[in-house]
Amino acid sequence: MKRAFEFLIERAIFLSGIASIIFVVLIFFFLLKEGLALFQTESLTGFLFGKNWYPISDPPRFGILPLFLGSLLVTLGAIVIAVPLGLASAIYVAEVAPPKLRDILKSGIELLAAFPSIVLGFIGIVTLAPFLKSVFHLSSGLTALAGSIMLAFMAMPTIVSIIEDAIVSVPKNYREGSLALGATHWQTIYRVVLPAASSGILAAVMLGIGRVIGETMAVLMITGNAAVLPTSILQPVRTLTATIAAEMGEAVSGSEHYYALFAIGIVLFIISFVINLLADLFLHRKAAR
Amino acid sequence: MIIKTNKLNLWYGAFQALIDVDLAIERNRITALIGPSGCGKSTLLRVFNRMNDLIEGVRMSGSVNFEGKEILDHEIDLITLRKRIGMVFQRPNPFPLSVFENVVYGLRVHGEKNKQVLAEAAEKSLSAVLLFDELKDKLSMNALGLSLEQQQRLCIARLLSVTPEVLLMDEPCSALDPFATMKIEELMIELKKQYTIVIVTHNMQQAARISDDCGYLLLGELVEFADTKKIFTTPADKRTEDYITGRFG
Ligand SMILES: Nc1ncnc2c1ncn2[C@@H]1O[C@H](COP(=O)(O)OP(=O)(O)OP(=O)(O)O)[C@@H](O)[C@H]1O
Ligand SMILES: [Mg+2]
Repeated sequence: MKRAFEFLIERAIFLSGIASIIFVVLIFFFLLKEGLALFQTESLTGFLFGKNWYPISDPPRFGILPLFLGSLLVTLGAIVIAVPLGLASAIYVAEVAPPKLRDILKSGIELLAAFPSIVLGFIGIVTLAPFLKSVFHLSSGLTALAGSIMLAFMAMPTIVSIIEDAIVSVPKNYREGSLALGATHWQTIYRVVLPAASSGILAAVMLGIGRVIGETMAVLMITGNAAVLPTSILQPVRTLTATIAAEMGEAVSGSEHYYALFAIGIVLFIISFVINLLADLFLHRKAAR
Repeated sequence: MIIKTNKLNLWYGAFQALIDVDLAIERNRITALIGPSGCGKSTLLRVFNRMNDLIEGVRMSGSVNFEGKEILDHEIDLITLRKRIGMVFQRPNPFPLSVFENVVYGLRVHGEKNKQVLAEAAEKSLSAVLLFDELKDKLSMNALGLSLEQQQRLCIARLLSVTPEVLLMDEPCSALDPFATMKIEELMIELKKQYTIVIVTHNMQQAARISDDCGYLLLGELVEFADTKKIFTTPADKRTEDYITGRFG
């Protein structure tokens, strides 16, 4: 009786263990099957490098270059904003802030991570977009820059907490060695602590990018949603993720448009996969030390 | 005499770790501090370059005179003090940088930018610790790839490049094997011609081998401080005798 019970438990655990793997594999194949179907009618280069995304015109055009560049622009903008800011606040939290303030700041950062991105996007539309519009004298504030700023906010918690961890785990004896040579606290930070934490910092940046690239709702709301080749960060753009979210509802199942959206999904999957792989490499290099 | 303490007391919060310590460290000699674990050796050593400042809740009283300057003075310039009184730690702690960057680290933080000067200082300091020939073709390799003995030598070289007067060494050989220990001891004897060395050691044979003066600490008190020969042959205090004959600790 007892034996049978244990047998059942073991099986149940085993099944739930492999279930996640099975699901991932199924999703992956589904994505591949639906996405690759596009290439029966559309060429790969036309898809990747085509300058026009007109999915419902006649004939339809499925060039994702504008979307890809839109994603790239918004992401790069977000990284340019989030990394220096995140690095600075991680240094402040880890090295400078008095212990009590440190705890408050850390919970504040966690709280920021807890905001649903749709809420941030919504706040962005009503505050950030009008602000950008008046500062830069634009016809609309819904631009790539607005998306970058929103995404920077979303990436910050990840970036700050991973960098902070990396800084705190730098061995104490490096600091002591540096201070004992007459270096100041600040010199110690940037000459020894940051280089020692560098792989953690790179991993933080990678994971921050991962978070930003996969983000959909906020950018859908705030980037202005124009699938044109971007020339400036003050222009409306459309990202890969936002395109899927915006068009999936209207694409007829089994149509070319539908397949094209899945093909975009494959592109996103590859990008995220590579970024996660890189982040993992950096983190492991650190662990190996 | 280069460093002299007078009624030095130190508390970690409510715990008193040093009690009325009076000692005088002579120039160009090796002074050893011995005593059982937790008696305050490291604490005393870290008073001299004010490393205890990093620990919260440390209070000190009394005086520590270094070449006419009061070390315990709140106004003292810690950067200059730590340049003049350098420290080698128990575990070799080269920075995760290249060998060269490790050696010139002190010079860099004190503002030296001239490549020529840096290169010469690196060669001179590495030669002083007998590491230059070994490493002259590997100056750009990461210092963490060196053997422990090489790392400890490198840490000493890193110190010498800022031309200190006093070298504080907290159990510098405890992470090393006997052979490497012997090499470092030879190096210390060589270095004392130019520098004043204060070494904390758990190893009584080591103290007897290399030191000129020796102090025995017990529960925060400096029980006895004298010429090393005297401490190891005719100690004045019964407690010292118990310790060095192995009846204690
Ligand atoms: N940061 C600290 N806070 C509180 N007490 C401390 C602190 N550092 C050391 N102590 C206490 O002060 C006493 C002296 O410590 P110290 O490290 O100077 O001893 P030590 O002689 O160097 O010992 P060891 O031989 O083990 O290195 C010990 O009782 C220790 O517990
Ligand atoms: Mg100690």
